[in-house]
Parts: sequence; structure tokens; C-alpha cells
Amino acid sequence: MLKGHQSWVFENKPKIISTATVVGPFEGQGPLAEDFDIIHADLYMGQDSWEKAEKTLLEESAQLAIKHAGLTKEQIQFYFGGDLMNQIISNSFAARTLSIPYIGMFGACSTSMETLAMAAYVVNSGGAKHVVAGTCSHNGSVEKQFRYPTEYGSQKPPSAQFTVTGSGSAVLSPEGDGPSVTSATIGKVIDMGITDPFNMGAAMAPAAVDTIQAHFRDLQIEPSHYDLIVTGDLSKVGYAIANDLFVRHNFPIKQTTYQDCGMMIYDYETQQVQAGASGCACSAVVTYGHLLNRMKRGELKRILVVATGALLSPLSYQQGESIPCIAHAVSIEA
Amino acid sequence: MAKKKNKQLTPTQQQYQRLANAHEPKRPVAVNCLRAFWVGGLICLLGECIRQAFIHFADMSEKEAANPMVAILVIISVLLTSFGVYDKIAQWAGAGTAVPVTGFANSMASTAIEHRPEGLVLGVGAGMFQLAGSVIVFGTVAAFIIGIIYAVFVPGYAGGGH
Repeated sequence: MLKGHQSWVFENKPKIISTATVVGPFEGQGPLAEDFDIIHADLYMGQDSWEKAEKTLLEESAQLAIKHAGLTKEQIQFYFGGDLMNQIISNSFAARTLSIPYIGMFGACSTSMETLAMAAYVVNSGGAKHVVAGTCSHNGSVEKQFRYPTEYGSQKPPSAQFTVTGSGSAVLSPEGDGPSVTSATIGKVIDMGITDPFNMGAAMAPAAVDTIQAHFRDLQIEPSHYDLIVTGDLSKVGYAIANDLFVRHNFPIKQTTYQDCGMMIYDYETQQVQAGASGCACSAVVTYGHLLNRMKRGELKRILVVATGALLSPLSYQQGESIPCIAHAVSIEA
Repeated sequence: MAKKKNKQLTPTQQQYQRLANAHEPKRPVAVNCLRAFWVGGLICLLGECIRQAFIHFADMSEKEAANPMVAILVIISVLLTSFGVYDKIAQWAGAGTAVPVTGFANSMASTAIEHRPEGLVLGVGAGMFQLAGSVIVFGTVAAFIIGIIYAVFVPGYAGGGH
């Protein structure tokens, strides 16, 4: 089970037997549109507030993932979920609708892999037959809580990121068809003293690099083991810094392909997103939609998803605190 | 301030900050200034046209025309905010749309819209001053200080009033 300092190897190979991704209209205009199950035309999802819209996204993706697995919610033992809202209301309220025993988690934008790692751990150890891991974010609700009102006319700097509106859920089971979750590395909190909330990529990059290096150290494998390593939402600025850090640390990232989910979901030419995408849903919809589809088509055999999270609150940065960050890595193999 | 901040950082953190700064995309300051200058100027020109229209077509004095002119600019700004256009223009124009009265109207309208789901009293009523509140507070304080300076240094003003 435990391997090295901070990694788990799942020897029973829990399977991701189904997934579902739901996104908003802006993500539907991006290059990954075909990989999503539902694309909403209305940013409010028929609700009357951003927060309710976000909760709706999660309800839909969780219910759809359960349906895709050919199960009913009574057959699911546990639901692991988290989001960016204060008191993770989107997940708690969606769990009220789902009425599945619920474990709420918070890891900011790293929640997607945090929940997947915990779900895999529980399934691997025989703690459940079917588990759902899910997360969501909404551009409107996140901007409202962390930054300015959505319609406020402030100029965003080129390092700013655009929060993904969407939700991704996965159903895990000890057996069935689908890729296996083979290992996970839980990251530690890294704070390099960055205080600018409009430069999250720079704040999170060291956490991603730390977790990736820990993963390979713990598992005693080389980056070439994977066809693809993706970070969650570092976007242009953080991705460039991470690459730089790998070179400085003499880490052989060049053995494999390294990409960032935050740079995949939008079209930089036609969509105004500054450095790229962010949010819990960013790594969730890219992984559960796009990347698992590529695995299904046989284009990828082994991937390592490293979801990155900035653990700040609106109050902490107003009080001048720097931005602590975390990253969790999960390996998925076909 | 910067020095004080740096003292609290470990050498590793300082080294990383230098690396991060090198990777941070530079803000296009010159282009931003030019855009802000001409967009801001354009809004003022529009205001002046409206004022002249009130003077010539509604028979108002120069002073009387100022208030309805501001009201019209505010209404235009609120409409553009409500239709979701103002923030798009502002991303391009920067301070050009933030500094004139339209920016102030946008800050109140956008927060009012944003907090509508929390109700009329605690949502719209309290929320709309979330950004504008500090402008009003510091504007009033600044006006008070300037007023005192004016009263002390301009002879004959203190008792005069108007």
C-alpha cells in the first residue's frame, strides 16, 4: 500500500468504470467540446444564482456518471466531493440531492485528484463496492467569492486565469471495464511567498513540481513510465515555471510528454482567457472527459494527473498572507 | 515595504520569486495608457455632447445641464453593465472606462446584480457599495481635507459660503 514517504500503490487496481462531464457554454466553444457529455447553453443552468448553478452542474455529472455505469444511487456506498465555495456548499447541497453517504473534502483546484485518490484507496482496501468522486466549479460563483463581480469592469493582467464552469464525476469499482487507478501521491503544502491572486500559476508551480518529483522518488520509476503527465491548472505562466524548475532540478521530464489541463480547454486565439483555465472543474473535465477518451481510443496507455490547488481564501490575501499551494498526483493506466 | 516583505521570506522563497518574476508576462503599460487615454477622452467627449445638447435644445444653463448629463452617462453605463458588455470593453480599455463616472456606475450596478440572489436588503442594498463604498468614503474625506485647506488659504472664502 504505502510506498515511499507519501504515495499509495493500489495493488487491487480499482477501475474507473464510468465518468461524466458537464460544462458551461464558454467551455463548449473550446477545442475539447466533443469530449463533454453535456454542454449547457445557459450559464445559470436554469437556476437563479451562480451558486445554485454550480450545484446543478455537480448533481448532473454525478447522476450521469452513475447512469453511465448502469447503476442506481442506492448501489453507491460513498460519495467523495469538494469544490471552491465557502463550506463546500456545492458538494454538500448536491449530496443532499444524491442522498449517498458523503465525505466532503477541500483541496481547492486539487480536489479532483484528492477525491479520486481517496475513492481509489477506499475501493482498493475493500471499503466499498462502488464509489463516486466528483468536483465542480463555476466561473460566476468563483469570481464572486474570490475576485470581483462578473460584470465589473476591471482589467485582468496577462497572468490571470479563467475559472472553468463545469463538473466532472467518476464511478470507481473493484472490477469492471475501464482504466485502473494504480497509484496516488499526496502532496504537501508549499508556499513560495507569492501574494498575487492574479498569478496563481506561479504560486502553484512549485507544489506541482514537488509532488511530481515525490511521486517518482516514492515509486522508483522514471517519467518515461507514463505517456503523458498533466498538471491541473498551472496555465501558461505556471507551466513555463514548472518546466524551468524541472530543468533546474535535473528532473528528466523530457522523457515523456508534459502538458497542462489549463492550457487545453480554451482556444487562446478566439477566447479571452489571459493565461488559461483554472478551477476544480478544469482538471476534472479534462481528465474525465478528454484524457480518458484518449485512453479509450488507445492513444494513451499510462497517464499521471497532477491536480494543483491554491489554498487561499478571500480574507487571507486581503490580510496580506501569501498563497499556500498543494498538488496531488494520481496515475491512471489502461 | 518591499524590503520589509523580503526580510520575512527565506532565501529559497526569494530565489523563487526572482524566477517567477522573470516568467510573469509584462503588462502592456504603454498600450494600456494609450487606450485608457482615448477611451476615457471619448467618454468625456460624449458627456460634453450631451451637455451641449441640453444647453441648446432644452434651454438649460451650463450649470443646470451638468446633472442630467451625468445621469444619462450613468444610465448608459448601467445598461451596458446589465447586458454584459461593460466588462468586455473594460478589459480592453482599462482605466479608460474605470475612471470616468461610468466606471463608478458600473461598480455599483455590477455588485447589485451579483448580490441580487441574496435579497433586496442584504443583497442589493448592502452589496452595491462593496466596491463603491470605499470610493465614497475616501472621496468625502479628501473633499473635507481640501475644503479645510481652501478655507485656510483662500482669503475671504471661510465666511462667504455660496
